[in-house]
Amino acid sequence: MTSTVLPQAATPVKRSKLRRSINDCIVVTERNLVSYVRIPDQLFFSSVQPIMFVLLFRYVFGGAIATPGMSYVDYLMPGIFVQSLLFGCVSTSVGLAEDLQKGLIERFRSLPMARSAVLFGRTISDAVRNIFVMILITLVGFAVGFRIGTSFGLYLVAFALLILFAFCFSWVFAFIGLSASNSETAGLMAFPILFPLTFASTAFVPAESMPTWLRWFAEHQPVSIAVNATRGLMQGGPGADTTHWVVLTLIWSAIFLAIFVPLAVWRYRRVG
Amino acid sequence: MTAAIEAEGLTKTFGGEFLALNGVGFTVEEGTVLGLLGPNGAGKTTTVRVLTTTLVPDSGWARVNGLDVVKDANKVRSSIGLAGQYAAVDANLTGRENLRMVGQLFQLSRKDASRVADELLEHFNLTEAANRPSKTYSGGMRRRLDIAAALVVRPPVLFLDEPTTGLDPNSRTAVWQVVEDLVANGTTVLLTTQYLEEADRLADNIVVVDRGAVIAEGTPATLKATLGETVLDLGFSDVGAASAASKLFVSSWPAPPVLDGSILELPIDAGPSQVMMALRKLDEAGMAPTSMTLREPSLDDVFLSLTGRRAELGEDN
Ligand SMILES: Nc1ncnc2c1ncn2[C@@H]1O[C@H](COP(=O)(O)OP(=O)(O)OP(=O)(O)O)[C@@H](O)[C@H]1O
Ligand SMILES: [Mg+2]
Repeated sequence: MTSTVLPQAATPVKRSKLRRSINDCIVVTERNLVSYVRIPDQLFFSSVQPIMFVLLFRYVFGGAIATPGMSYVDYLMPGIFVQSLLFGCVSTSVGLAEDLQKGLIERFRSLPMARSAVLFGRTISDAVRNIFVMILITLVGFAVGFRIGTSFGLYLVAFALLILFAFCFSWVFAFIGLSASNSETAGLMAFPILFPLTFASTAFVPAESMPTWLRWFAEHQPVSIAVNATRGLMQGGPGADTTHWVVLTLIWSAIFLAIFVPLAVWRYRRVG
Repeated sequence: MTAAIEAEGLTKTFGGEFLALNGVGFTVEEGTVLGLLGPNGAGKTTTVRVLTTTLVPDSGWARVNGLDVVKDANKVRSSIGLAGQYAAVDANLTGRENLRMVGQLFQLSRKDASRVADELLEHFNLTEAANRPSKTYSGGMRRRLDIAAALVVRPPVLFLDEPTTGLDPNSRTAVWQVVEDLVANGTTVLLTTQYLEEADRLADNIVVVDRGAVIAEGTPATLKATLGETVLDLGFSDVGAASAASKLFVSSWPAPPVLDGSILELPIDAGPSQVMMALRKLDEAGMAPTSMTLREPSLDDVFLSLTGRRAELGEDN
């Protein structure tokens, strides 16, 4: 069965510690992206869900929701963008939990690779996938009447801001994925976090209609802040208000990174 | 000779109470094969995980190539290959992509990683399946791919956790051949197994573990000497008859007989003449077995003779 002599060993390339970490990160990212493309149904469902939300809110709820100063579809789309990207983060936790379950993390941990590479590889490939989701929803939005009220340049700023925000938020899910006992649990654990954050927010309805206690939460939580920043960039224009929300979004992104990167790496070191 | 692997007093508890490792220690000389033999739950995988740096022990120490597995973990990782108990290959990647990925994570250039991947695929007879996602592989193919992944940089020390469990006889022989090739080229191998036959064929030394501790250690020859070359199983109509028959052999037989229900197990190390002698003894006493089998001693027999209980019981208590 074994036909030839064993191959000659190759010599590793000499690289600095940083270059090695970057290499590891690229290799893992590539591997994740190849997997995405190989599982078309996963790709299909991760795009079908946001499209359903656009249609649902636009045509089912839209007529009943009053929005100040803009048409409902223009009000809605920034909310859909944020919601879809954050729901996409579920795949960060499910992906890591699956790698853990299948013993791949065990193999990675026995290799001389950077401890953070598996986690960065996962969150970066999820960010790349989010770029496609964002483009897709923009197109669907245009099809149902969404128009950018400001400029294409500001739309791109919003685009970049949301990809960054979702990337930072996905570290929460990296931590969850490494803490779950299996991939199903990892998926289920995401919803008690995602539902309150995305629905008790200003993503789909103005907070004015909510009871006072809920309204306070809805106006101050990070998802609303990111939605407000997006809405400002896409519809309001570059006023002082928009800058305020953009800066707050960046601060929240930094907070997510500062807390959850160390937590996730710590978990990674001691899983199993 | 220098030691490639040293371990001493390793302990590990899971969930506070349960002692998975309870003072495991052994030495593996460079260029030799150690067979870590034990029943389910004995602590084989846990030992391998400590030695391959994926699990930190509660106490005790271990060195691989002279490097401490906790303090110098990353250096240890550069010089070992691991094929874990459950083939850890990415199901969505092809065989070639899996091997190339591991190569690149060892900092091989893309070109070198591809070359090594192709050569390994060839060597493990996977070239035809090289461009298929590994989820389409059979269990034996996946296992071979997993072992190939452990060989990407030709590590001086290789860990194989139950490399042949679940393989058909052909694939098993192929894996054995690979191990023999590697050892001939100077690789040190630690392999865990539940098959005495496998340890006997491959290992220079055998360490038997049970409940997280080493209960016996030696060359296959010395271990087998305590068991006899072969085992004669004599079946009787009932437990009483078997037990009566066993009394005939208790003091007069070279190695002690073992009673397992209505079956009497006699160690045989002097060939057919000893079998004849056993039958003659029974005949003289007017007893006749209802069945008779001659077989190789198994891990179960090692266990019974070392611990006085059956190997399967290992996990229950
Ligand atoms: N991560 C873990 N958490 C809790 N218990 C564990 C863990 N890993 C192993 N154990 C327990 O430790 C004991 C030793 O396990 P180990 O996997 O080392 O056995 P083994 O000898 O490899 O067995 P097998 O032949 O079944 O693979 C078992 O009782 C197992 O249940
Ligand atoms: Mg095991």
